[in-house]
Amino acid sequence: MDSVLPQLLTGLATASSLFLVASGLTIIFGVTRIVNFSHGSLTMLGAYIGWSILTRLPRDPAWFALGILLTALATALIGVLIERVVLRRVYRAPELFQLLATFGVVLIVQDATLWLWGAVELPLPRPRWLRGFVEVAGGRFPFYDLVLIAIGPVVLGLLWLVMNRTRWGTLVRAATLDREMVAALGVDQRRLFTSVFALGAGLAGLGGALSLPNASANLGIDLSVITDAFVVVVVGGLGSLPGAFVASLLIGILQAFGIVLVPKITLVLVFLVMAVVLVFRPNGLMGRPQAEAREAALAAPVVRAAPPALRWLGAVALVLAVLAPFGAGDYYLTVLTDACVAILFATSLHFMMGPGGMASFGHAAWFGIGAYAAGLLLHWAGAPMPLGLLAAPVAAGIVAALFGWFVVRLSGVYLSMLTLAFAQIAWAVSFQWVEVTGGDNGLLGVWPPDWARSPRVTYWIALALSVGVALLLRRALYAPYGYALRAARDSAARAQSIGLDVARLRLVALVIAGAACGLGGAIFSYGKGGVFPTYISIPHSVEALLMVLLGGLQTVAGPIVGALVYTGLADLLVRSTDLWRLVLGAVIVLLVTAFPEGIAGAARRLWLRGREA
Amino acid sequence: MRGLSKSFGGVRAVSDVSFAVAPGEMLALIGPNGAGKSTLFNMVGGQLPPDGGSVLLGGDAITGLGPRAIARRGVGRTFQVTATFGSMTVRENVQMAILAHHGEVWRFWRPAAERHRAAADALLAQVGLAAQADRATGVLAYGDLKRLELAIALGNAPRLLLMDEPTAGMAPAERVGLMHLTRHLATERGLAVLFTEHDMDVVFDVSDRILVLDRGALIAEGDGPAIRADPAVRRVYLGTGATSGGH
Repeated sequence: MDSVLPQLLTGLATASSLFLVASGLTIIFGVTRIVNFSHGSLTMLGAYIGWSILTRLPRDPAWFALGILLTALATALIGVLIERVVLRRVYRAPELFQLLATFGVVLIVQDATLWLWGAVELPLPRPRWLRGFVEVAGGRFPFYDLVLIAIGPVVLGLLWLVMNRTRWGTLVRAATLDREMVAALGVDQRRLFTSVFALGAGLAGLGGALSLPNASANLGIDLSVITDAFVVVVVGGLGSLPGAFVASLLIGILQAFGIVLVPKITLVLVFLVMAVVLVFRPNGLMGRPQAEAREAALAAPVVRAAPPALRWLGAVALVLAVLAPFGAGDYYLTVLTDACVAILFATSLHFMMGPGGMASFGHAAWFGIGAYAAGLLLHWAGAPMPLGLLAAPVAAGIVAALFGWFVVRLSGVYLSMLTLAFAQIAWAVSFQWVEVTGGDNGLLGVWPPDWARSPRVTYWIALALSVGVALLLRRALYAPYGYALRAARDSAARAQSIGLDVARLRLVALVIAGAACGLGGAIFSYGKGGVFPTYISIPHSVEALLMVLLGGLQTVAGPIVGALVYTGLADLLVRSTDLWRLVLGAVIVLLVTAFPEGIAGAARRLWLRGREA
Repeated sequence: MRGLSKSFGGVRAVSDVSFAVAPGEMLALIGPNGAGKSTLFNMVGGQLPPDGGSVLLGGDAITGLGPRAIARRGVGRTFQVTATFGSMTVRENVQMAILAHHGEVWRFWRPAAERHRAAADALLAQVGLAAQADRATGVLAYGDLKRLELAIALGNAPRLLLMDEPTAGMAPAERVGLMHLTRHLATERGLAVLFTEHDMDVVFDVSDRILVLDRGALIAEGDGPAIRADPAVRRVYLGTGATSGGH
C-alpha cells in the first residue's frame, strides 16, 4: 500500500503534462481537421525557449511563472507563423499531404533547434523552491509535481470557460461539429483557424516549458511527445477536450504504475489499453464518428494496365539492373542494393495505402520487425541467411495480423495515428529491451554467409527478391483480390452490399504489406551487417510515404519510380550537406504547398491545360 | 417480414409490420416523411437490427444478420445516394459483383479483367449500358449511374432486390424508363423487388402491390386502385381529418 499513493500522484503529474499537449492537438484537429505532426516540435521549442528565458530570469516562483507564460506566448506566435506559411495552403489538400506538410515542419524544427541550441541536453538549474518536498500521507512528495497536478484541471477549467462563455469558443465548438456550416454562416475561417492554431501551439509550448524542471530540453522531445499525445487524443476521441483529459489521466496513471509493476512492457501496456478502448469505442472515449464526406470526395481515377511501351521500358531497366554489377563500383552497388530495398519498402506501403486505402505513418515498424526477426535468429540461434529471409516476412506478417485485427475497422485518421503509435512502440521496445536487442547499439555481425558476402551477390539477391515480390504484389492487385480491395476502398457500403468482407480484405492487405516490408528489412540488415532501432524510427516511416507520394498513388509502377528517385536524391543530399533534415523538410513543405493536389495531380492538370491551349 | 419493430430511444419508428413479397413481384413501400420507410428498409437489408419480429427469405430466417451476410444470401440493394466503385470502369463494376457472387474474391493470381467479362457485358446490355462499358463511372450521367447500380445489384444474382428511392434526383422521363426496366427484369428473372418511392406516378405505374406506412404502422396494403380509394391513405396524404396534422 505504501507505494500506491506516491505512484498515483506521479501518474497525475504525468497526466497534467500530457493533457496540456494533447488538448492543443485535439482543439487544432477539431477545427482544422489537420493531424498536426509538428505539435511535438512546438512542445520541444517550448522546452528550449523556456530554458533560454528561465535561465536569464531571477529564480523565484513569480519570475518562473512569468517566464513560462512568455514561453507559451512565443510558441503561440511560432504556431501562427507555421499556420500562415504552411498549413493555410493545404487545408483543401488530401489528408496525407497535410500530414506530410506538418512532418516537413518537424524536420525543419529539428535541424533549426540543433543549430540554435546545440546537441547537448539542457537541464534547468533548479532553485530550492523547485526541489522542495511536501508531506503527503506520511510520504515525501515533490512540491513541483503537486503544482503540475493542479495545473491540469485549472487549464481544463479555463478552456471550458473560453469554449462555453465566449463567442470565439462558440465558433470553435460549432466548427468542430460542422465546419462547412460555420463557413456558410459567413464566419472568417482564416482568422478562426489561425487563432485556434495559436491557442494549440501555446498549450504545446506551455507543456514543454512546464516539463523542464523534471526533465530537460533535448532533441528527442518532439517525437516522443507526439506519440504520447496521439495516443491520448485517440483514446479520448479526436476533437474532444474532456476526452483528452480523461485519457491523459488513464494513460498517465497507467504509465506510473506500469513502470513499477511491469517496467519492460509499459509501452506495450499503453498500446493494449488503447486497442481495448478502440475495440469497444471506435471513436475514442468521448469522440464522435468522423464525417465520411471527405473520403467520398476523393474520387480515384480508373486504374488501367500500363501501356506496352512502359512494360518494355521496365524490361530494359531490369536487364540493365541485372548487368549493373559489371559496370558499377562497390559504393554504387550498395546504393543500388538500398534502392532494391526501397522498392520493397515503397511497393508494400503502396499496396495497403493506394488500393487498400489505409494510410500508414508507421510503415517502418514492419521493416524493423523483419530486420529484428532475421537479426535475432542469427544472434541467438545462429540461423543462416535463407532462414532469416524466410522468418522476416513471417514474423512481420503475424504481427501485422495481430495489429490489424484491432485497427482495420477504424476510420482513416484513427488508423494512421495508430500505425504511428504502434511504430513508436516497436521502436521503444527495440531501444529499451537492451538484453535482447542490444538497445541503441543494435545487433551487429548480421552478415550473409561467405558465398553471398560480396556486394555483387548481395545486390543480386536483393534485386531478385525485391523485383520478384514487387511483381507478385502487382499480380495480386490485378487479380480478383486486388479488385475487391479497391472496391472496399471506393465504397465500403456498396462492397458490403455485394457480399464483400471489407474488414477481412483490408486485414489481408495489411498482412501482405507487412510481410513484404519485413522481407525488405531483413535484406537491408544483411546488406548493412546489423540491425538498429533507427530502422523503426518515424523519419524512416516518412521516407516510405515520400517515395509513394513522389511516384503517385494511382499507378502500380509509381512507387517503384518513387523509390528509385528518392534513393538517388537522398544519397546526393546526405553526402552534400549536414543540414539534410532541414533541406528535406523544406523540400517537402515546398512540394506540398506548391502542388496541394499531389505531384501526379499537378502533372495531370498541366497536361490538360496544354491540350486546351 | 413478420411483426418487425424498431424503437429509437422510446420512439417507435416501426411497430409490428408484417408483409410478404413474391418472386417476380414489384412491391412499393410508400408513406409520408418520417413514416419509418428507411428504418424498415434498413432492417431488411441488415443495416439495422430489429428489436422484434423476423425477416424470412425463402423460409430461412435472416433477421439481424449483417449487411454482408444478407447480401450473400441473395438480397441485393441500390442506394438512395449512388455508390459505385470509382476506380473501375463500368464493366469492372459489374464484374466485381459477379466475382463476389461466385465467391472468387480470394484469388491472388489470375487477372480479373477477363473473368466473367461476357456475363458482365450481358447484364450491361440488359440495363442499356453496353456502349458505356469501358468508361469510368465518374463520367456517367446520373441516370446511367442508377442503371449501373441496378446492374451491380443483379450481378450478385439476388432473389430479393431492395431499392431505396431508386429514382431520386432523376428527370421524370428517366424515372419511368428505369422503373419499367426494373419491372421487366423482375418478371423475367422471377425477382422480388421492394422499393420506396416518392413519385406517385411511378408507384402506381409499375408496382403490383403497394404498402402504405404511417408513423411506423402499416395502414393499408393492396393494388393501385385499392390504395387510391382507401380512406386511411387519403387521410394521410390529403391531410383531411386529424391523422397527420396532430403535431
